[in-house]
Amino acid sequence: MSDPMAEIRASFFIECEELLESLQDGLQMMDDGDTDSETINVVFRAVHSIKGGAGAFGLDDLVRFAHRFETAMDEVRTGRFVPDAEAIRLFFACADILGDLVRAARDEETVSEDITGPALEKIDVLVGLEEEEEEELDFTPATLSFDLDIGGDLGGLPNLPVLPDLSTFPTASETEDEITEFSPVGGAKGFQVIFKPEDSLYASGNEPLYLFRALRDLGDISVVCKCSALPDLDHLNPDTGYLSWVVTVHTEEAELSVREVFEFVDGLCLLEISPLSGRAPAALPDLPPAISAPATPPKPEQAAPTPLVPSPPIIPDIEMPNAPSAPVVKSAPIASVSDDAEDEFSLSSPNATSGSTKTTGTPTQPRATVRVDLERIDRLVNLVGELVINQAMLSQSVAEAGLPPNSPVSTGLEEFLQLTRDIQESVMMIRAQPIKSLFQRMGRIVRESSASVGKEVRLHTDGENTEVDKTVIERLADPLTHMIRNAVDHGLESPETRLAAGKPREGHVTLTAQHRSGRIVIEVADDGAGINRERVKEKAIEKGLIPADAQLSESDIDNLLFLPGFSTASAISNLSGRGVGMDVVRSSIQSLGGRINITSQEGKGTTFSISLPLTLAVLDGMVVRVADETLVVPLNAILETLTLTDGDLKALGPETHVVQIRGGFVPLLDLGAELGYRSPLDSYVGGIVLLIGQEDGNRAALAVDAIEDQRQVVIKGLEGSYGRVPGIAAATILGDGQIALILDPMDLVSQASGRTKIRQPQHSLVG
Amino acid sequence: MSLEVLAVDDSRTMRDMLNLALSSAGFTAHLAEDGVHGLEVLEDIEPDVIITDINMPRMDGFGFIDAVRSEEKWSRIPILVLTTESADELKAKARAAGATGWIVKPFDPAKLVKALQMVAG
Repeated sequence: MSDPMAEIRASFFIECEELLESLQDGLQMMDDGDTDSETINVVFRAVHSIKGGAGAFGLDDLVRFAHRFETAMDEVRTGRFVPDAEAIRLFFACADILGDLVRAARDEETVSEDITGPALEKIDVLVGLEEEEEEELDFTPATLSFDLDIGGDLGGLPNLPVLPDLSTFPTASETEDEITEFSPVGGAKGFQVIFKPEDSLYASGNEPLYLFRALRDLGDISVVCKCSALPDLDHLNPDTGYLSWVVTVHTEEAELSVREVFEFVDGLCLLEISPLSGRAPAALPDLPPAISAPATPPKPEQAAPTPLVPSPPIIPDIEMPNAPSAPVVKSAPIASVSDDAEDEFSLSSPNATSGSTKTTGTPTQPRATVRVDLERIDRLVNLVGELVINQAMLSQSVAEAGLPPNSPVSTGLEEFLQLTRDIQESVMMIRAQPIKSLFQRMGRIVRESSASVGKEVRLHTDGENTEVDKTVIERLADPLTHMIRNAVDHGLESPETRLAAGKPREGHVTLTAQHRSGRIVIEVADDGAGINRERVKEKAIEKGLIPADAQLSESDIDNLLFLPGFSTASAISNLSGRGVGMDVVRSSIQSLGGRINITSQEGKGTTFSISLPLTLAVLDGMVVRVADETLVVPLNAILETLTLTDGDLKALGPETHVVQIRGGFVPLLDLGAELGYRSPLDSYVGGIVLLIGQEDGNRAALAVDAIEDQRQVVIKGLEGSYGRVPGIAAATILGDGQIALILDPMDLVSQASGRTKIRQPQHSLVG
Repeated sequence: MSLEVLAVDDSRTMRDMLNLALSSAGFTAHLAEDGVHGLEVLEDIEPDVIITDINMPRMDGFGFIDAVRSEEKWSRIPILVLTTESADELKAKARAAGATGWIVKPFDPAKLVKALQMVAG
């Protein structure tokens, strides 16, 4: 069993991410003008909870920052400070820093005071708080240890019957003024406690008996109950406290320790604590029965000592050491099902009944969530992949055996196929996460980048709950960051230009995600000036990317942005002009099996649209044969397949051909020759071509020998073993056990036709 | 004597820690996410003592204590308030709501156990 505190720590950081998410959400709502107290409370609570947990783990930096942030949010919450737009921007910045601090604490790093300090100062000034320095931290982080042998301190003591047995209870007349000192042992160190509860003490759920027990932990005690105020039963009001006590405590402890016992009832009782004088103990009063603690054995029905052995939560049975008569402790089952300490993947069941958990004896479970090690999920994904391959092999064997399609084997196989698909989809759903976390990170990018270029920008997000494969989310972060920076830096105009153009000062960037026909489409749109096509073209000519007389369509010009080394910003800004261009964005998207598109309208803005496959583990492919090799072409890249006729082909020199398709011309690529399987053929007439569509609208025709099948294939990465192979995306295992390469058609086409593609776009080829 | 404890806190981390501290002490921990959930759990179990956070969604700690106290069968259950502040003002407020005592977060498990025994035996 791993260290339970380490587990809780790991889970704390997962919770922090969720809290940071609601913090962002809340601030966004406040920014949108929501002044609802619950919204503000959500923000406050998020910071508060992070602080609370951080304190428990001794994460001082985090506690310190969260505390000041929380204090500011408290000012907002109580209405003492009404935040304006500037204040909310600062809160956003603080939320970002809080996120940094959380991650730094998680990774055991530190965040420079240069970052946290100024933000804190600003927030204090803004909210009008006195600069609070370290002393503000009466919140001392206590590092917790569960090794404490609390059993020794607190358990093992007999339950002390403090209240006198009613049968020997004195009558009121007998018990007047018999307050005494009593000391069973010779020493005189200790205190006399006079304790008279008020009614409110009982109403708040306090119980004198337990207070006396706590006193007994300090040393030997004797308790005298004064019941003279007790009325006749007829006149007894059960809500009134009639009794008072005199407790003599023999202890080496200071008065403070005695006072601490009464901490909760301070103000709810009359309490006098005075040190015992050194005199010899007075005689025992005859009545009432004073009970001295150590002498009294536990009553049988009160069972055994309180079992307080520190027990690891999951080990079921523990023998109590040093307490042979003690009962076996059945430790409570731990409330959340959790895995090893390296858990990092949290699954929430959307229909989890968070309320109305029925409990009969078992501890309540807060939420139907299971945390599973990511590795286990990946193993499951791999196994399902194997299952898909196995099913394909089985289908092939059945087909080869020549069984009729209505035979029980074939029907059974059909069901098996359906089930395999269902299982596969379900497993993929486990890996899926809402894209929200990624979108929220973009909020920060927008804030930081707009501040650095002096623009006013607001980010809108839509479809945040769209679920995307976890790996895709991780690998989208960089390209998306770049695109957002681009939108802020190049897409949007300065506030002055916007005003002059009759637009609002504030620019808008909209980030949306949605499922569309089996793919995920993510759009980054700005309402800026749109692509200045004249400027882009000039620049491309200047850089020698296109000939000066090139005839380009609007979309051709837009797509120039994706060329390596292209940058229109006249001055390299410190934001997006880092030599990393949209070409890198495009290749990252392509490596995810995705496509990227631009649409732009002058004066209205630009939209980048990314389309991604739902999963990275399986793809729908077309199985083709070329020069006796079997290859898989991703189905989503294929626009159409056709058989070439004589009139379709036009030669463009000795080794270059174009295919005429509905009035347009598309370069012909011989797949066999491109991959080095064979030399180019003499004639392609009668051959089959796959029309491949590229993101930039350019197309190419891939000549293959035959199309064999269309099926789902499991992707097996090659990069681990072979590095990146140009034109090849991955490999797969086919139904007959044969290994087939999966093409990366975009890469293949750009490698093959890169030299001519732009210089000789389709329509300039005509004639 | 093993106590049955209902711990109400909206922070999962805090619930985990309470659970660990309580079960390490041999207590039975029942956990709830907020006041509303706490009241639901109370319908099913009879805890010896309740620990509750203050600032929670749906129903906060004050509302929860109030609801518990106003139900005759629960009115005498000791309730400890979990608070990050040791401010007197907060204690007064908690007490006014009917709390039995308080624990300052971050809590020391031994002190938590001690406080529980102070109010519940």
